[in-house]
Amino acid sequence: MRNVAQGPIAWRSELWGSPLRALATVLLLALLVWGGFHAIEWGVVHAVFRPDAEACRAVQHGACWGVVAEKWRPMLFGRFPYEEQWRPAIAVVVLSAVTVLSAWPRSWRWWLVPLWVGALLLFVLLMRGGVAGLSPVPTSRWGGLPLTIGLAVVGLALAFPLALLLALGRRSGWPVVRTLSASYIELVRGVPLISVLFMASFLLPLLWPAGWQPDVLVRVLAGLTLFVAAYLAEIIRGGLQAVPREQTEVAMALGFGRWPVQRDIVLPQALRLVVPALTNSVVGTLKDTSLVTVVGLFELTGALGLALGGDPTWRPFYLEGYLFIAAVYWVLCFGLSRYSVWLEKRLSAAP
Amino acid sequence: MSREASRRGAWLAWAVQALLVLAVVAAAVWVVHHALEVLRARGVRSGFDFLTEPAGFSISEGWLDFDASQPFWRAFLAGLINTVRAAVPAAIFSVVLGTLIGIGRLAPHVLLRGICTAYVELLRNVPLLVQLLMLAFAMANLLPDPTEPVHLMLGVWLSKGGLSVPWPVAGEGGWWPTHFEWPERGDFGVSGGAALSPEYVTIVAGLSFYSAAFVAEIVRAGILSVSQGQVLAGQALGLSSGQQLRIVILPQALRVIVPSLTNQLLSLTKNSSLAVAVGYPELVSVANTTIGSNGRAFECIAIIMAIYLLLSLLISFGMNRYNARVALRGWR
Repeated sequence: MRNVAQGPIAWRSELWGSPLRALATVLLLALLVWGGFHAIEWGVVHAVFRPDAEACRAVQHGACWGVVAEKWRPMLFGRFPYEEQWRPAIAVVVLSAVTVLSAWPRSWRWWLVPLWVGALLLFVLLMRGGVAGLSPVPTSRWGGLPLTIGLAVVGLALAFPLALLLALGRRSGWPVVRTLSASYIELVRGVPLISVLFMASFLLPLLWPAGWQPDVLVRVLAGLTLFVAAYLAEIIRGGLQAVPREQTEVAMALGFGRWPVQRDIVLPQALRLVVPALTNSVVGTLKDTSLVTVVGLFELTGALGLALGGDPTWRPFYLEGYLFIAAVYWVLCFGLSRYSVWLEKRLSAAP
Repeated sequence: MSREASRRGAWLAWAVQALLVLAVVAAAVWVVHHALEVLRARGVRSGFDFLTEPAGFSISEGWLDFDASQPFWRAFLAGLINTVRAAVPAAIFSVVLGTLIGIGRLAPHVLLRGICTAYVELLRNVPLLVQLLMLAFAMANLLPDPTEPVHLMLGVWLSKGGLSVPWPVAGEGGWWPTHFEWPERGDFGVSGGAALSPEYVTIVAGLSFYSAAFVAEIVRAGILSVSQGQVLAGQALGLSSGQQLRIVILPQALRVIVPSLTNQLLSLTKNSSLAVAVGYPELVSVANTTIGSNGRAFECIAIIMAIYLLLSLLISFGMNRYNARVALRGWR
């Protein structure tokens, strides 16, 4: 099995090597042609690309991509004020640019940290406004793609230090610390994200002093962070376990203290080992942000409901809208997972 | 380090840990106390006593009949049964479909490999919620009315009203199923057999298709972990490729597959909570309705978490038993 899957494709023998294969080839080709024909007929030939609701309703067996042409702005930016939507657009570009830059292992230097802090500040500044002549926009009106990416990035960034502490705690020599970390990790990993989000959105307001209600965005972000941290912690623990124990012992024998050993010897190697697994976790978190729509935030998935749900003219064309946002998610997640594969190869090739 | 110093270190460690325990306990007590006080100030009672009061809402489907006059605990039980009713079939379908696709990704046929790879890459990279909402929309709007159902295959009908499948029923007076009842098409839709609601079909199909993509990857990795020499040995013994797969490769691959599969089943069970978004009344949906009606957020979320932890433990326990059977002797 293995040789076949990894070798070059032997077209002729794979397709027509035996009567059974030939039959499979014919059947699969028929399926592909039939499916492809219908997909192209529906999606391209009979489809309406203009934002013209009349024409959309007139076609019987064709897609209405006009709904995307008409509604792409509310789909991508939610309820952000229409004239100000250049701000979330720039915010998304800034975050994406910094992400792409940090994807390049050669740029893993100290200046990445201040760069990220700056980018996140710029993101919040652009979205919130209120300074530098930008009109203030309350968080309740944030939405769409900036919110999806922002939640994933900020959630991961906040969860990472917590996860690091939990992972070190779970391997600590102190039984109390070990038990506390392990219980937290197992408890959070045992429940669905949606219940954590409900908890954050129902319970956090009870803890705040009366009169000052925490923003729904803050509550959701808190829930997401606490949830993601448990998963990241397990990944980091895997990396910590993979660093040979002898290294710690040798370093201790050389007179390194407990913390310097972790900081200068174990952690850098451990983190390097788990970068691909962390990337997979980033994909998971990006997909998980879609759940916040259940507790009333209009990120990409929620923004679609917002854009189409209240508009009887375009409501029948939900399917095309879903396909559009599915394509956006797909491009982001597939790109990240390809990157993860590439990075794994590159890191394992490096000495 | 001298003995004195190490003793001092141990003392310090215990002191810090004791302080840590105190801090955690104090924080927990403060959080609960403060939250209860806020609740009291808002006029919301707290405690689990509400479980015996009548619920005031009904649950439209499931194996446990539930109407508005019955107590809350029965609503949670009905929700839990509905969760299991969705998760178990979804787990079975996803494992079967995922295994087939995983094997297909390694098949010596480029078209089959391509189709299976496309399936995995497409479904894995789109959020489950988006897929569920898309399916729900398709079920509600693109299918024909119940009066004109589509005949999918022998005895299986699909329409806006849901899916009808043959179902074993008991004969007169007995409880043991004796024969299959086949759905029949009448003037007002399909009757007989088991009628599955559109919400149920959506959540089971969505969960199965999504999880199958992950199961396929697990199966593929498991098969690839079996060494090449085993395949050659199988060939040398004159086994056909099907026999090689069944007798030589899969039993060994299971050792790699089962632990990851356990993780996947756990996440499938937790993902079934997304049914709340498509209107299937499972546990989280029941809890959400309860919070809406009496504001006992604390208690309801505690119940959800406890039940999911219990379910997770049960699955882990069962799968670990199975793992012990497939693992090499002496390995756990």
